[in-house]
Amino acid sequence: MKREPSITTDSELHPSAAPFWRDPEKRAIVFQVVALLLVGLVSYYLFSNTQANLQRQSIATGFGFLDKEAGFEIGESLVQYSAADSYARALLVGALNTVKVSFIGIVFTIILGTFIGIARLSSNWLLAKLAGGYIELMQNIPVLLQLFFWYGIFYESFPAPRQALNPFVGLFLCNRGLIFAVPESHAAHGAMGWAFVAALALGWGLNRWGRQRQARTGQMFPAVRVTIGLIVLLPLLVWLCFGAPTAMDMPVLSGFNFQGGVTVSPEFSALLLGLVFYTAAFVAEIVRAGIQSVGRGQVEAAMSVGLRPGQVLHLVILPQALRVIIPPLTNQMLSLTKNSSLAIAIGFADFVAVTNTTINQTGQAIEGVALIMIVYLFFSLSTSMFMNWYNKKTALVER
Amino acid sequence: MKFSRLTVLVTVLSLLAAGVAFAGKDLDAVRSKGFIQAGVNGGVFGFGMPDEKGVWKGLDVDTARAIAAAVFGDANKVKYTPLTAQQRFTALQSGEIDVLTRNATRTLSRDTQLGLNFVQVNYYDGQGFLVPKKLGIKSAKELGGATVCVLPGTTTEQNAADYFRTNNMKWTPVVIENTTELAKTFFAGRCDVLTSDASQLAGTRAVAPNPKDYTILPEIISKEPLAPAVRHGDDQWRDIVDFSVLAMINAEELGITSQNVDEMLKSTDPMVQRFLGVVEGNGKALGLDEKWAYNIVKQVGNYGEVFERNVGVNTTLGIERGLNALWTKGGLMYSPPFK
Repeated sequence: MKREPSITTDSELHPSAAPFWRDPEKRAIVFQVVALLLVGLVSYYLFSNTQANLQRQSIATGFGFLDKEAGFEIGESLVQYSAADSYARALLVGALNTVKVSFIGIVFTIILGTFIGIARLSSNWLLAKLAGGYIELMQNIPVLLQLFFWYGIFYESFPAPRQALNPFVGLFLCNRGLIFAVPESHAAHGAMGWAFVAALALGWGLNRWGRQRQARTGQMFPAVRVTIGLIVLLPLLVWLCFGAPTAMDMPVLSGFNFQGGVTVSPEFSALLLGLVFYTAAFVAEIVRAGIQSVGRGQVEAAMSVGLRPGQVLHLVILPQALRVIIPPLTNQMLSLTKNSSLAIAIGFADFVAVTNTTINQTGQAIEGVALIMIVYLFFSLSTSMFMNWYNKKTALVER
Repeated sequence: MKFSRLTVLVTVLSLLAAGVAFAGKDLDAVRSKGFIQAGVNGGVFGFGMPDEKGVWKGLDVDTARAIAAAVFGDANKVKYTPLTAQQRFTALQSGEIDVLTRNATRTLSRDTQLGLNFVQVNYYDGQGFLVPKKLGIKSAKELGGATVCVLPGTTTEQNAADYFRTNNMKWTPVVIENTTELAKTFFAGRCDVLTSDASQLAGTRAVAPNPKDYTILPEIISKEPLAPAVRHGDDQWRDIVDFSVLAMINAEELGITSQNVDEMLKSTDPMVQRFLGVVEGNGKALGLDEKWAYNIVKQVGNYGEVFERNVGVNTTLGIERGLNALWTKGGLMYSPPFK
């Protein structure tokens, strides 16, 4: 913009610039700098003070311990681990165990929670009351007690390995956990995995194409059913091509315990059950609230144009309900992840449990607690980042 | 990276700083409080556990009481903090407790890296295995493939890892932090074996639903000198804790018991006179009342009495003196001269 020649001069319009403490903008900057300095000073004081105190008590500091040999065994691990490995490796095992129980827990929680939430709104009186009772019961018992309860069931009620329950071939249930047969490793399995991925990709493409076609012609394409068919058939086909290998790795009782097969430990099962049943009660309420947030009129309108109940749920209710459901659902996923640290009470080797042992053996509590904070922050932030992305996708696009 | 690590540290430190920053000299702190805050086990019968009336009992508890008797002339001026194996050293480092009398094994790394000082051993122990008799196992060498219950963060956990590794045996650990919970899990059959210090195994077996169903295997796979510990930084406090334990041992050597201690005041033996403060000097050297050792023996007893009362052959634990006998009787308990 070109400046107009004016009669009033600059100094008249802005009479001698006010001193900076009168200028709210400058004042704000000063305040912020002062606040920042204070925070910095306090942090520096705390840091140097602790450093000095640790030094005075000659407690070792730093993260050098991570390379040292851990010297303790861990009950279950997703990666190779032995007592001869380093602390860093032990911590990795713990972190992966936390991820394992959280991920599986979240998946089951969402499935169970959705079912219970829908059941709560069912017109079937008994089903609705049962779901309501479940929610009231589970929400009001502390999750730690529930963990002890499930763990107790495992070790108190199930028999010793030699008397293991054997409901059908290849599956054993005892106080050492759930042990079941798995197919012996074979080249076919890798290929079947790829076939599965291919089926998923194909299904996604079909779904997209089907929707475009529906938009163009109005004809519907049963994409879901075709995708499910693909997911089952493609890997099956690959399996047959490899000559249908059926060799199984059967669990066999030898010595103290079962050898072979896959064992799901009581600690893991109890933790998973406790977390899933507890969190699912909250998720159910969230799902119920989400569904009820969709106007009654919409459902009636959808039914009056002739949609089937399944279609009403799938095409009208859920897309709108998800907007309401996802933000609080994210909170529940985060709380499940954080609650998984209660594992320590029932002996599941999650990240906190392994870090605690590490702290105890190396004496480096501050470093250990810092690691716990970083790892949980990372888990929480990445979960909420993913959910925020998904939330944006499903959010109502306002015009 | 350096910076972000620093920021996180700073945040954590803000939580801890209050405890660490203002801890003065430990002895002064104890004196001004008027009692000793002792970290104890809380779940091991015979060492540190409240009885049915809520009164703390055990060898480690009596050790803490001896220190209180030395400092305050009153063995009851102790408050107890039950600690798990994982909490114990942090509690001592952070100043939450003044002394740790919680069957802790003295090791080089604990004594150095953890910033602790261990004093005179109050129980010589070793790690063993407790198994149900019905398994029919006679030796620890037969334990390949076993599931083993063990406390996390203990020397026991590492010894077990070492033992199974050296003997090329596979095993699965079940680690539960709480001693009572761990024992319950073992009795219910979640594990084939419970491994811990032999004394603790005896204590655990004593509270089993049916103690006769369990047996301790003959192998002792480690050395576990259990000793009280204090944190670095106050040598006088350390000396007092050290000599409080030694006083109990010395009293046994000199034949002084809680029963005869008053008569012994009249003894003409210069060693006894010095020990009981009839001839002054020891108390002043430690910065205590001259009656400090008298108070320990009078109110708590000598080491032999404490041992027999808590864990000895006439208790449910039924442990022989063994390594814990006086050196004159083939054990390791030996006190330097009190002069």
